[in-house]
Amino acid sequence: MNSLDPFLIILQGLLRGAGITAVVTFSALALGLALGFALSLFRQFSPSKLLHGLIDVYVEFFRNIPALSHLFILYFGLASLGFRLSSMGAAILGLGLIGAAVTCDIFRSGFKSLSPGQTEAALATGFTPLQTIFTILTPQAMRIALPSLGNFAVQLLKDTSVVSAIAAPEIMFYARSMVTSSFQTTLIYATAAGLYLVMSLPLMQAVRMLEIRYGRVK
Amino acid sequence: MTALLSVTGLRKSYGSVEVLKGIDFEVKAGEKIALIGPSGSGKSTCLRCMNFLEKPSAGDIRLDGERVGVRPGGRGDSERIMSDRQLAPQRAQMGMVFQLFHLWPHLSVLENVAIAARKVRRLSAVEARDLAMEMLAKVHMSHRASASPLELSGGQQQRVAIARALSQKPKLMLFDEPTSALDPELVHEVLKVIEELAAEGRTMLLVTHEIAFARDVADRVMFLDGGVIVEEGLARDVITTPREPRTQAFLKQIRH
Repeated sequence: MNSLDPFLIILQGLLRGAGITAVVTFSALALGLALGFALSLFRQFSPSKLLHGLIDVYVEFFRNIPALSHLFILYFGLASLGFRLSSMGAAILGLGLIGAAVTCDIFRSGFKSLSPGQTEAALATGFTPLQTIFTILTPQAMRIALPSLGNFAVQLLKDTSVVSAIAAPEIMFYARSMVTSSFQTTLIYATAAGLYLVMSLPLMQAVRMLEIRYGRVK
Repeated sequence: MTALLSVTGLRKSYGSVEVLKGIDFEVKAGEKIALIGPSGSGKSTCLRCMNFLEKPSAGDIRLDGERVGVRPGGRGDSERIMSDRQLAPQRAQMGMVFQLFHLWPHLSVLENVAIAARKVRRLSAVEARDLAMEMLAKVHMSHRASASPLELSGGQQQRVAIARALSQKPKLMLFDEPTSALDPELVHEVLKVIEELAAEGRTMLLVTHEIAFARDVADRVMFLDGGVIVEEGLARDVITTPREPRTQAFLKQIRH
């Protein structure tokens, strides 16, 4: 018997969860970015004070309550009301909705850092407000937001570990179940940690390449 | 001949502070008019009211006979200030040059000048590019077409900003202290470009502190102080032999 065998068995076991971790990360990332960007546009450019208030409530609600509470509400709470979400569905929705609150703030601070002169010059040129937002302001805000968005994506990858609490079969879900049956606590959790590192490093690298490609506006 | 731009009863208040207290003037096609006056006199506000970057509190601004920024009220409705979306086609007819240039740093010099032609005037990519190159040639910036605005000196940025405004094919050019933010040695290159445009017979309204330039290039000068036009007349007359004591004091002070 090879001494590496226990490690390989553990790795194989955990890899079953890696796919789910990736799916939950990217789905929640897509939902969080799309919804967060939309919210930031309404928060920043809509004249409606009511809408501003609603978005602020949304952001505070999702940012200031632990992810686990949201996941339990979506998974167990809604189920008790008759809306049964799959554990994957609840995981993606939960992390996506929380992510939207985070990215809304990131996009907004990007928009807020632009000088009012950028908008004035666009309007004076004959751009409509929508043209101004999408051709002049958004590309600049995106560049400013990019590093923070990269951090958010990596944070999200790590945070997917909490969805094991609602039985989404990702890396930590398998890690825990293997620990209870084999008691190789250190090796199993260390392997899981290594797996997260292997997944987050390329993600960070991808963000870095985007930053180089689009260069921050000084 | 009717005026290209006519302004009557223009007023602007911020809260209880009235910065424009009833301004009336006309600009004929091809005329160059300089607005001078001490800081805080309301000259920039006045200029910014022309394209409704500042919304006037009262008054009537007409460009080529068309009421700017206000929709006529019909059948008992009162007049309504236009939204930014409704204002866009009117603003497109006026090219504006800002004190701080406000080029768009995520676009190249060429794109800064071409984008309005693409998005507002709906020209094809090739037509917009050709137009942009033509405008950049006018401001002597063709050689930096592919540069980023961030790589340019202030004077170069301002010349590109002028090209951007020209690309709108505007009926009227508005200059808001175009050289005030420039290092002294860069002022000349921008003034030279403006002078060349003046020589083409363009209609211009220019807020400036460059008194000698106003005297040499403008047809008429308006001296604003305290939110009213104190004195108005032929550029040479107002600047060399002002009638009003306030104009005399202002001109004496800046010549010190």
